[in-house]
Amino acid sequence: MTQRISVVENILNANDRLAEENFARIEAAGVFSINIIASPGAGKTSLIEKTLPLLKGKLRVAAVDGDIATSIDTDRAAAAGAGAAVQINTGGDCHLDAVMLRGALDQLDLTQFDLLIVENVGNLVCPANFKLGTHKTVLVASVPEGDDKPYKYPGTYRGVDALVVNKIDLLPYVDFRMDYFTQGVQVLNPNVTTFPLSCRTGEGLEAWVEWLIEHSKK
Amino acid sequence: MHELPVTQSLLKIALDHAEKANARQVTALNIVIGELSSMVDDSIQFYWETIAKDTIAEKATLHFRRVPAELQCMTCFNKYHPKDGELICPQCRGVGAKVISGEEFFLESIDVEN
Repeated sequence: MTQRISVVENILNANDRLAEENFARIEAAGVFSINIIASPGAGKTSLIEKTLPLLKGKLRVAAVDGDIATSIDTDRAAAAGAGAAVQINTGGDCHLDAVMLRGALDQLDLTQFDLLIVENVGNLVCPANFKLGTHKTVLVASVPEGDDKPYKYPGTYRGVDALVVNKIDLLPYVDFRMDYFTQGVQVLNPNVTTFPLSCRTGEGLEAWVEWLIEHSKK
Repeated sequence: MHELPVTQSLLKIALDHAEKANARQVTALNIVIGELSSMVDDSIQFYWETIAKDTIAEKATLHFRRVPAELQCMTCFNKYHPKDGELICPQCRGVGAKVISGEEFFLESIDVEN
């Protein structure tokens, strides 16, 4: 006999529950945490590299880097002054998930830090679906990617708390309409905090660093 | 690509519910996918055939109910379906819309044989 069973369960429930556990753990240690997502090459690692020296003496920072392979990014974070840097190699997965972050948290003494920076795998689609349990999600966009990205990846742009627009030093050379870009973001995410900056020249980094310090000290 | 862990999660939820109902076989999964959820049903189907093998859900058919995206403008309250490359309200050109539907992604029900 065939029978229909009502389920109505969010398919990513298991991950969401684990993300809540991660959040509780990070929160209990008094740490502020961010999950940085971006397409490959937008400047996630460069942003971390430029940010860490500016936080020296102000915040103790731990970095977790997700990549399909290699520890290049962790090495860069450690060289830039991260108090601890943990590498997660996803072995092919295109995003970090809450289980992977839990594994990384196990390797950190969170009480020794004020700020936890999680660098997700370079990808603009998948990471948006997998909550990690950080306080905020930060999207790094960059000028050469084009101004249409908020329209093409609405799910990702909608779910972020802060938006870094990197490589603004290239604005004179690229057809990037900042107003069209901003409008695409604001349609679904009117309250997002935006930081236009250039990791190369250092322009705009100050406001971003202020934001991190302000949230980490709460 | 994220459909692999998603499909594993889907299988687990289906098997948990089937077990609770003492089912012998799962014959169908009824899945709801919103237009904005960035899930690809073909891809879920592809992974399903590999990972459901040798389980009681091996022969299950996957039914996908797609939910179109609907936004509501928070300036003029017009409800609209967003067009490709243009998300702003077609009526007043306002920004700051609310997503009414289209982000769904859940397993609604399963059909089982006892």
